[in-house]
Amino acid sequence: MGIYLPIAELSVNMFILLAMGAAVGFLSGMFGVGGGFLITPLLIFYNIPPAVAVATGANQVIASSFSGALAHMRRGSLDFRLGGVLLAGGIVGSTIGVYIFAVLRRLGQLDLIISLLYVGFLGIVGSLMLVESVRALQKAKSGQTASLKKPGQHNWIHRLPFKMRFRASKLFVSVIPVLGLGAIIGFLASIMGVGGGFIMVPALIYLLKVPTNVVIGTSLFQIIFVAAFTTIVHASLNQTVDVVLALLLMFGGVVGAQYGAKAGQKLRGEQLRALLALLVLSVALRLAFDLFVEPSDLYSITPAGVA
Amino acid sequence: MRWTAFILVWLLSAVSALAQSQDAESIEIGLSADNIAITSDFSGADLTIFGALDNADPLTVRQGRYDIIVVLQGPAATTVVRKKERFFGMWINLHSETFEGVPLSYSLATTRAMQDITDTATFVRLSLGVDNIYLKPGETDGDATRIAEFTEALRGRKRASGLYSERVGGVQFLSQSLFRATLSLPPNVPVGTHRARAFLFKNGVFLRETSAPLSILKSGFEETVYRVANGFGFFYGAGAVLLAMLVGWLGRLIFRKD
Repeated sequence: MGIYLPIAELSVNMFILLAMGAAVGFLSGMFGVGGGFLITPLLIFYNIPPAVAVATGANQVIASSFSGALAHMRRGSLDFRLGGVLLAGGIVGSTIGVYIFAVLRRLGQLDLIISLLYVGFLGIVGSLMLVESVRALQKAKSGQTASLKKPGQHNWIHRLPFKMRFRASKLFVSVIPVLGLGAIIGFLASIMGVGGGFIMVPALIYLLKVPTNVVIGTSLFQIIFVAAFTTIVHASLNQTVDVVLALLLMFGGVVGAQYGAKAGQKLRGEQLRALLALLVLSVALRLAFDLFVEPSDLYSITPAGVA
Repeated sequence: MRWTAFILVWLLSAVSALAQSQDAESIEIGLSADNIAITSDFSGADLTIFGALDNADPLTVRQGRYDIIVVLQGPAATTVVRKKERFFGMWINLHSETFEGVPLSYSLATTRAMQDITDTATFVRLSLGVDNIYLKPGETDGDATRIAEFTEALRGRKRASGLYSERVGGVQFLSQSLFRATLSLPPNVPVGTHRARAFLFKNGVFLRETSAPLSILKSGFEETVYRVANGFGFFYGAGAVLLAMLVGWLGRLIFRKD
């Protein structure tokens, strides 16, 4: 059934969007990620203008993160203090991102930068995860237990000043890397239309040594606010948030996530991480393909304002 | 879905009586409504416009030497055409040209193939037809060949997106004086004030033109969403956030196990 999207200004098939939301929701429930990094490229493949896909992706991310954060709050696996500091950095990064977004859109380079960021980040994160999970799988085969966190081990990050205590995470660390990480995630969230969970989760685990059980809840908590802020700023500055599109994706996503979570429980942690890595890498490859293969039409047109 | 807007038949007995005394043909089109509303299930449509040819010469009518071209032209906008080129192995937008007052959409219907009606020079002079419509380049330092290249690309992209279309045989005479034009409205038809124009040709000579405005609007819910998003961006964004949280919370409520 066709439905007209008032902001994207085109008619689309409602069931394709619901299915898209459900498929991404399934994967996000299975892997515990927001799914923004899958939704935005999928929307772009489906001919939604990239500017609308990014802003609407941010809006859609709120629903799944909010749902997930509620669950973690109930279990107590959410560090509000750490989330709050990440958030402060996130708001700054997101504001800068939205302004740069508007400038790039005017210059006609927005699509390129979105693709480059996706290829770069998804490529790096996907490769790292794949290497790590394959090693873990090999170790598991040879009988050793794989552990992500090695207590007592410190790196340069732990020598920075302005230390702050995060009780729920059992962490005493400088606020500089936390604010910086928040800002980078906020920046990416506004330009790529993602929550940033796929960067935030590994960064918190590997760089800040946050206990794994607190990481997902805390990351989801701060993603809600960064995505909400990004949505509002995009809506105010660029008018590119399409609520009809977002609602369709959310409905599909919420349902899909429930089944994904069930499917995820049947797989082991390192198997899940290896599968997610392959998924992330294939999205990166698909986008890189578009960037490096000669397009069928070299020309594109954009209205520069109604006269 | 096929959807048709009915346009009023225009029968001007008084005017035709007047025209007869002047011994000249005149053409009229009339629109029954001055706006068309796009609803949520809009997926393109045919627009039918009725019109009248007054004081036609019966002999010319019998020989079929009257030709009519009807155009529905969308609102004009400054449009940027960009060209991708290989740069460090990647295809990125490197060149651009700006065109001013480009109609966002252009739908045309004719009684027969364009080249059988009159010569290209006349169409160019009238700025009539997808290939002949005048596209004014903005301030540029590009040479004529470059402008021509980008102009062709603009026409090509507009045609490919369905925004510019031509329908040969889309105008049919129902009687000696009455004609009907069927134009295509693409699913992505722009909103705003469109202009319906009718051109009359006799034996390959352009006689006269008439036009009428037509507004294409989003209706009901879509219109409200669009207006709120553009007029009250902040509140719209805040609403979108609350809506997302509500959906997330409902999802949790329905499916939670703990």
